[in-house]
Amino acid sequence: MEFFKTLVIIIMTSVLVNNYVLSRFLGVCPFLGVSKKVNQAAGMGFAVIFVMVLATLVTWPIQVFILDGKLFEAFGLSINLSYLQTIVFILVIAALVQLVEMFMKKSIPSLHASLGVYLPLITTNCAVLGVCKNVFSEGDLFASTGEFGFIYSLVYAFASGLGFLLAMVLFAGVRERIAASKPPKAFEGTPITLIAAAIVSLAFFGFGGIAQNLFA
Amino acid sequence: MNKMTTLLKGIIKENPVLVLLLGTCPTLAVTSSLSSAVGMAAAAALVLICSNLVISLLRNIIPDKVRIPCYIVVIAGFVTVVEMAMHAFFPSLYDALGVFLSLIVVNCIILGRAEMFASKHKVFDSILDGLGMGIGFALALIAMALVREVFGAGTFFGMEIPVLKDFCIPILTTAPGGFFVFGILIALVNAILNATKKKPKAEFGCEGCPSASQCNKTSCDKEAE
Repeated sequence: MEFFKTLVIIIMTSVLVNNYVLSRFLGVCPFLGVSKKVNQAAGMGFAVIFVMVLATLVTWPIQVFILDGKLFEAFGLSINLSYLQTIVFILVIAALVQLVEMFMKKSIPSLHASLGVYLPLITTNCAVLGVCKNVFSEGDLFASTGEFGFIYSLVYAFASGLGFLLAMVLFAGVRERIAASKPPKAFEGTPITLIAAAIVSLAFFGFGGIAQNLFA
Repeated sequence: MNKMTTLLKGIIKENPVLVLLLGTCPTLAVTSSLSSAVGMAAAAALVLICSNLVISLLRNIIPDKVRIPCYIVVIAGFVTVVEMAMHAFFPSLYDALGVFLSLIVVNCIILGRAEMFASKHKVFDSILDGLGMGIGFALALIAMALVREVFGAGTFFGMEIPVLKDFCIPILTTAPGGFFVFGILIALVNAILNATKKKPKAEFGCEGCPSASQCNKTSCDKEAE
C-alpha cells in the first residue's frame, strides 16, 4: 500500500505541482520553440517521455553500480566516481539518443517519421539530463537508491515527461489563439509568447500543495 | 577595431539571452535572487571562455562528423571543474544553484558558441567572443534578477530595502513571475532595437539552435511546413 501511495504522490508531484517546464524551468527551449502547432507539440512531448524513461533506465544502474562504487565493493575496492556524473550522463544520453534514432530509422520507420525528427534535438535538452540527475538529488521525495528505488525512479521519469507533454500541448493550444491576435508592436513574437507562458504557469501554480495532502 | 567588435557584439547586438534567445532555462530559473544570478553568470562565463579556448585550439584536430560529442565532452569537463570548485569554496551558492549548475553542460549558449564561433576562429578571437558572450549573459541575468529580487522580495543581495520591503510583489520571485519579467524584458529590447532600426527581432527557430546541424534541418523544414 505504501508503495502505491508513493507512486501516486510521485506522479501527482511531477505532473502537476513541480511541472518540469512551468515551475522548474527545465526544457524551456523546446517548450517555446516547438509549440506552434498542437500535433508537433504532442510529437515532441512523446519523444521526450520516451527518451527520459530510457535515459533513466540506463543512467540509474550506472550511477548506483559504477559511479557510487557498489560493483567495486563486491571486489573489496572502495572507489567513488560520483564526481564524473555530469560527464558520464551527458555522454550516455547523447550516445543513447543516436542509437535509438538509428534503430528506429531502420526497423520502425513509421515511428521514426512521427518521433524521430525530434530525437536529435532532445540530446541537448536540459530536461532529460535534469531528470537523470534529479532522481538522485531529490532524496526527500522518494528513496531513489533504496528498496523499489529503481521503479520509483522510472515512474518519476515517466511522470516528468508526462508533465512536459501536458504543458506542451496546453501551451500549443494557447499559442494557436495568440497567432490570431494582434499584440502591441514591441510584444510581437517572443514577448507575448512568454507572457502567455506566465499565465499558463500561473494556472499550474494553483496546484501547489495538493500532493502533500493527498492522503492526509 | 575588429577585436573590439568581437568582444562587444555579445553584449548588446547579439546578446545571447535577449536577442538570440539562447539559454532560457537558467535565465528563468536562477534569477529569483541576485546572488544566485551572479554566481550562475560567473560559472557559465568561465566555462564559456575555457571551452571556447580549448575548442578553438582543437578545431583542426576534431573530425567534423563527431564534433558535437567532442564539444560536449570538453564542456562537461569544465563544468565538472567549476562544479567541484564551487562546492568547495561557495557551498551556499552551490546549494542555491542546485541542478542548474551541472546543466551548464547543455546550455545552448556554450554549445552554440563552440559550433558557430570557436570552431572557425583563432584562439584569441574565441576567448574574446567567450568573454563578450559571458558578459552579455551576465548582464541579462543581472537585469532579470534585479527586477525580480528588488520588486519581488524587496531586497538587494539579501539586504532589505526599507520602503519596498513593505510593498513587494511576491509573485515576481515565483515561476510565473519569471516568464512574465523575461517577456517584458525582451519586449523592451525589441522596442529599443525597433526604434534604432538595428536588427529585426529574432524568433525561436533553427538559426539559433546549436543542434540544427545535427538534425540536418530535416526536422526544421518539417516544422516550418
